[in-house]
Amino acid sequence: MFPLNDNGMISGLLCGVLFGYVLENAGLGSPVKLSAQFKLTDWAVLKVMFTAIVVAAIGLWLMRVGGLLKPDSIAVPQAALAGAAVGGALVGAGFAVGGYCPGTSVAGLFSGRLDALVFVGGVVLGTIGFAAFYGAALKSLKAAWLIAEGDTFTDAYAIPEPVMLGILGLALIAVFYFGSWFERRGSGTITAQQAVEGAR
Amino acid sequence: MSTSGKQTNPKIRPFWPPLVAGIALGLVLLLTFALSGHGLGASGAATDLVAGVGLQVAPEAIKANGYLGPMVADGSPMGSWLSWEIVGVAIGALAGAFMAGRFRVQLDGARSVGTPKRLITTLAGGFLSGFGARIAGGCTSSMGLSGAAALGVSAFVFLALFFATGLLVSRLVKGV
Repeated sequence: MFPLNDNGMISGLLCGVLFGYVLENAGLGSPVKLSAQFKLTDWAVLKVMFTAIVVAAIGLWLMRVGGLLKPDSIAVPQAALAGAAVGGALVGAGFAVGGYCPGTSVAGLFSGRLDALVFVGGVVLGTIGFAAFYGAALKSLKAAWLIAEGDTFTDAYAIPEPVMLGILGLALIAVFYFGSWFERRGSGTITAQQAVEGAR
Repeated sequence: MSTSGKQTNPKIRPFWPPLVAGIALGLVLLLTFALSGHGLGASGAATDLVAGVGLQVAPEAIKANGYLGPMVADGSPMGSWLSWEIVGVAIGALAGAFMAGRFRVQLDGARSVGTPKRLITTLAGGFLSGFGARIAGGCTSSMGLSGAAALGVSAFVFLALFFATGLLVSRLVKGV
């Protein structure tokens, strides 16, 4: 019966190695390719993310329906919406300015990118800055707009899981349809050659 | 088109198509949930690093800090699952880049905006990202990707603001 709740070294290393290998192969270690998402010329970030979300969400649902996964056993981020909104905006701004997010900067650094090392340094400084300024204001921001009923759409708004999976599936089709439309109109997606040797 | 006339380097293998990469990432995420009970993450490893190193350098300040203090109450958080996962990400990315001829030491983005500006944009971007991730309680990996797969409401709020702000800011600042 899953999850195994194995939080040891091997479990962490295994999941991390696979995560890093896929990120790099998807091109998501390149800040040129990553920031092209916000220029709307390369939709790899949204396409890869939404595909992964749908695959994992359907997999979790199938495992639960098939009795392989204990109900309510998977960690869900707390539905503290103010913190999610403000934090999401800041991570998005950092992505647009710096060309990475925390995870992709590690993939960038270990494909040889020294600007990613500076980004990692910035993430550490941002963490120190947050801890230094942590007080009543940040504490209340993190606790604001909390949905008391639950953290998932099913618990908070009584939307059945299959309906949510259907909505996500439609969103995924929309991302590929409109993304590819924008890509055809733009200067083309960032190839591995351009990401490594530089084209623009 | 920008690609015309460029000589092709056969040693650099192409990236996976987004659909293939997305399915692979989804299966890795599913495996992570099944093994550990939670999803993938990244920014939390920076918190572990700050708390762990801080505990050696300035233990009193860390223990007295309102955010880090409760975290280190049970000893150093370094060596946690997330720290090992980030070590794994480094190994996996290194393997992926080397095996496909895509490893190259460079200051990426400096070609288009210049080295001094690139150093500033990547440092500022990292700071915003690190600070923002602590407000949200996670970054694109844990809040966005993993939270959305778990159908968490806050994950979709995070992703909506992430993309809206990114679109806006990328029109105001050229960072790469």
